[in-house]
This record gives sequence, structure tokens and C-alpha cells, in this order.
Amino acid sequence: MFVAWRDLRFAKGRFALMGTVVVLITLLVGLLSGLTAGLARENTSAVTGLEADRLAFAAPPDGRPVSFTDSAVGERAWRTWAGRPGVTAAEPVGIRTLDAATGDGRRTAAVSAFGVRPDGGLAPGTVATGRVVLSRPAADGLGAAPGDTVRLGGSEMTVGAVAGDASYSHTPVVWTSLDDWQHLGGSERDRPDGGRATVIALSTHGADLAAGDEAAGTRTLTLDESLTAIGSYQAENGSLQLMRGFLFAISALVVGAFFTVWTIQRGADVAVLKALGASTPYLLRDALGQAVVMLAAGTGVGTALAAGIGALLGGGEGAVPFVLDASTVLVPAAVMIVLGVLGAALSIRRITAVDPLVALGSAR
Amino acid sequence: MTLTLTDVTLTYPDGGTRLTALDRVSLHVAAGTLTAVVGPSGSGKSSLLAVAATLVTPDRGRVVVAGTETTGLGGAEKAALRRERVGIVFQQPNLLPSLTAVEQVLVMAHLSAGPARAARARARELLDAVGLADKADRRPHELSGGQRQRVNIARALMNEPAVLLVDEPTSALDHERGAAVLDLLAALTRERSTATVLVTHDRAHLDRVDGTVTMRDGRLTAHAPA
Repeated sequence: MFVAWRDLRFAKGRFALMGTVVVLITLLVGLLSGLTAGLARENTSAVTGLEADRLAFAAPPDGRPVSFTDSAVGERAWRTWAGRPGVTAAEPVGIRTLDAATGDGRRTAAVSAFGVRPDGGLAPGTVATGRVVLSRPAADGLGAAPGDTVRLGGSEMTVGAVAGDASYSHTPVVWTSLDDWQHLGGSERDRPDGGRATVIALSTHGADLAAGDEAAGTRTLTLDESLTAIGSYQAENGSLQLMRGFLFAISALVVGAFFTVWTIQRGADVAVLKALGASTPYLLRDALGQAVVMLAAGTGVGTALAAGIGALLGGGEGAVPFVLDASTVLVPAAVMIVLGVLGAALSIRRITAVDPLVALGSAR
Repeated sequence: MTLTLTDVTLTYPDGGTRLTALDRVSLHVAAGTLTAVVGPSGSGKSSLLAVAATLVTPDRGRVVVAGTETTGLGGAEKAALRRERVGIVFQQPNLLPSLTAVEQVLVMAHLSAGPARAARARARELLDAVGLADKADRRPHELSGGQRQRVNIARALMNEPAVLLVDEPTSALDHERGAAVLDLLAALTRERSTATVLVTHDRAHLDRVDGTVTMRDGRLTAHAPA
């Protein structure tokens, strides 16, 4: 990087301008990544946090995709799954979004009631008939503490504990007993086969899933696959990921365009270096190193800014849902650098076409 | 170490036909001698230089640079030969705008991955030899035309070339500066035992060379020892 490093310092205005563009795109990608992960967490953390590796949904008719909204499984289904070889646990989970209120009715909040069996080990605390566990966001929203009374779908229940931060479909989770959950709204009891839960949380080890689905009348998905069954998650996450993808593509194109112009501008210098005996791999390494330095510096600054702003946005009460971890900070930065280098590499390859003979006749 | 061209023919495509740039040219330049190639524009002087520098492969004939037969060498091998054994002084100095004078010279050592500390000392020594010791940290735009040309010469000498190819070094200089550059080249050729080829259409300073060959229409038409 003998020449490239000096070019960076000599043409610092041009590289600073391009570096600023990289900083801004990285900042935008970083913020969008944190926000995407934050919104996804608000949408899915109750599902991804379940102590299970698969969920069994009621098999939809005519090959339609499964959904939490439409799924209703009966007692026969989870008993069938519990008896299958390779299934270590088959716990029914009822899911319903409804309004909750404090006992005095002063504060209300939309919550998702997750009905589980008291001894099923899925709730973060002990649930029992008439006794619920509030996630911290639910407790904050209702201003409730252990021992308080809350109204859930018309039923009064006592807060047994506040634990975890599970949320589902952008609403905080309230863990109830499955019996209580079946009485919320009352409609599940009216379904054929009982309709006594929404899905079955399965812990499996080498189980024949296809045979189990056939026997129980269900369709089994991994926890990650089952997220697509949350309607709001698929639309929201898809849109945000698309925006992120476009930003990555724009970044690669902008970097590629910059290095195309830059390589053309220094074509005469490249010809001189070739005439003096520089090998093509040397020149490519030199130019690519220049791109890596600029991208690493721009991405580093952009990532640091995104992390700082993300920490501010994500901290405190009523904060923006923002996840600040390696997957939202380092991965986008690495992708930015890799795609930027690819964009630059495609531009820089024209170095191979520069004829050193130009140096003998160039008029500069 | 010498430069030898034997029966070299070079043609270029020219519309539907081919234009002969070099027609069975033979030339031998011994170590420690400075040979001038003179002739009018378009006579083939630059083509001769390009062939000797391995930048162009002739259609026929042999080119031996510092004992290396260049026929059949690949691009990477030719680049290595230019880097290690050939010095080129361009017509225009062709200095890299982002590099200081000492870095212009040092870049040759970097291309060859030589030891950095020794290279820096040698680069400064060469700048001193061409009278630019006090301009080592100046960039091209801070140097005069003559000074740039002297940096160009120092750069060509950095890797101790066996063959020095010099293309119209005085074309952008006034008479006095041109004479100084030719004096410098003649002195360095003898001092460093390089086989030096000087392409020029300017006959004003030919009293400094060891031999002169004249080119016309791609042929060497006359050899005249000094």
C-alpha cells in the first residue's frame, strides 16, 4: 500500500467525501438493523423464548400456511404428541390478545395472554388458577406489582409474580394457567375437538415429525419457522429487511462508482507503475487495500455513531424498541465492508486493462 | 550486462493492413556505454524503446536484456525483468502526484520488496547524485521541469538497472537544462556501468554519447561511434 496510502493522504478531500457517505449509510443501516431486531423482539420474543424446539399448529386446510390466529389444537392432539417416541415434552400453549386493566380500572393495556399448564415449565414464574405472571412490560404498562389484582378479559386475577420481558405481536405477555386462558372470551371451548389451546410446544429428540403430524392432525414447524405464522411479523420484518437490503446494495453501488471514477482518474499513474515493473496483483492489492481502509474507517465511525444513538434511543422508559448487540452492530458493519470491497473490486479490476505503453507516450 | 536486439521486426495494425514500425533492426549496447538513437518523428525510435523495455512483443527477432532472452516471457516475468534489470526515463517525468521526490525513487524499491531502511538511504543518495538532496520532500507540483526530470532519472536508477532506456529526456527543457541532464546521464552510465539507450530527435548534445544510430522508416540506417 505504498502508493495507495499516500494517495489517501494526498487526495484526502475526495476520500473524506466518500468516507462521509459510507459513514452515513452505515449509520442508517445500523439504526435500521437495531430497530428491525427491536421490533422483531417485540413481535416474537414470547415465542422464541419458549422452552421448546418446535411448535405444532392445527393443520390448515388445502395446504394454506399456518397462522397463530387460525390455529386451535385440542387435548387429543397434545396427548398424541406426548405419547410419540422421541418427544420429551408436549405442552399446550394458548395465545390470545386482549385488553387488561388494573383492579380499579384506572389503567388499561393491550396484552397477549399465554395460557400454559402450571407444571409445564413454560412460564417464567408459577401460574395457577386465578394467579398470573406479568412480564415486566405488562407490569409497567398496568402499573401492577405482585399481590395486585388485574382484570383480564373480564376475569379478575391476582398477580403472582413479575418476570421476564416476553412480548408477542407488539403486546406484553401475561402468563395464565391454561384453564383460566380457556375461559377468556369463552370461544375456544366451542370449537370442535375442544379447541383448548393455540399450539403445542414440543421438545423433541429424533422424533418422526411427519408421522406425529399425521397422527395428531397438526403441522410442525421449528420456532424460527413459526415466526412467519405471526402475520404482523412477516409484513413488518419483510419491509424492514428489504430496506436494509437496498441500503447494502446502494452502498456497494456508490463505493463501486467512486472507485470506478478514481481508477479512471489514476489510469496514467497505473500505466507508469506497470511500465516501471509493478505486477498486476501488486496494483490490485494496493488499490483494494485503499478501498478497505476507506471502508473500514467509514464503517467504523458509522457503526460507533449508530451504537451511540441506538443506546440513547433504546434506554429509559417508553424507549424505541432497539437491540444493540453483535448481530445488529457488527454484522451490518461486516456486510457493509464486504459488499463495499466487492463493489470496489469490480471497479478496480479495470487496472488489469491499463496498457503500460501509455506511460511512454502519455503527455502530462 | 548488455542490451541486444537481433533482426527485430514489429508491425502494428493499420486499418486493413499492418504498419511496419521496426524492420529487421539489430542493435547492441554494451555495459557502461551511452548510445543515442536519433531520427525524425515516426521513424520508429519509440517503438525500439518499447521493445527494449519489454512493453511490446516484436513479431520477429530476439531481444536480450541483461542476459535474459525475453522471447516467450509472460507478463509477470517481463514486469519482474523491468523492475529488477531495466530503468526507464520517460519523456515526460511521469511522476506520481501524491509522492514526494524521495518517495518517487523509493517506490521502485517497494515494487521489489527491498529492505525499507537501506532503500530510503539509497533513494536519498540518488537524489543527492542528481542534485536534489534538498528537494527530497517536495511533491511534483513543487518542482521545476528540470528537477522533475532529474527525479525521473533517479527513480530509473534506484534498482541498479543493467539497462537504462531514456526517452527524449530534454524535450521539455531549455538548452542549458537539457545539456545538464545529458551530462548527468553520461556520467551515471559510466559510473554505474549501465547499457544506456537514449532516444532523441535533438542532435544538440550528441557529443556526450558513445555512439549514435539513426533510424528512418523503421530501419537503422547508420551507426556512428562518437
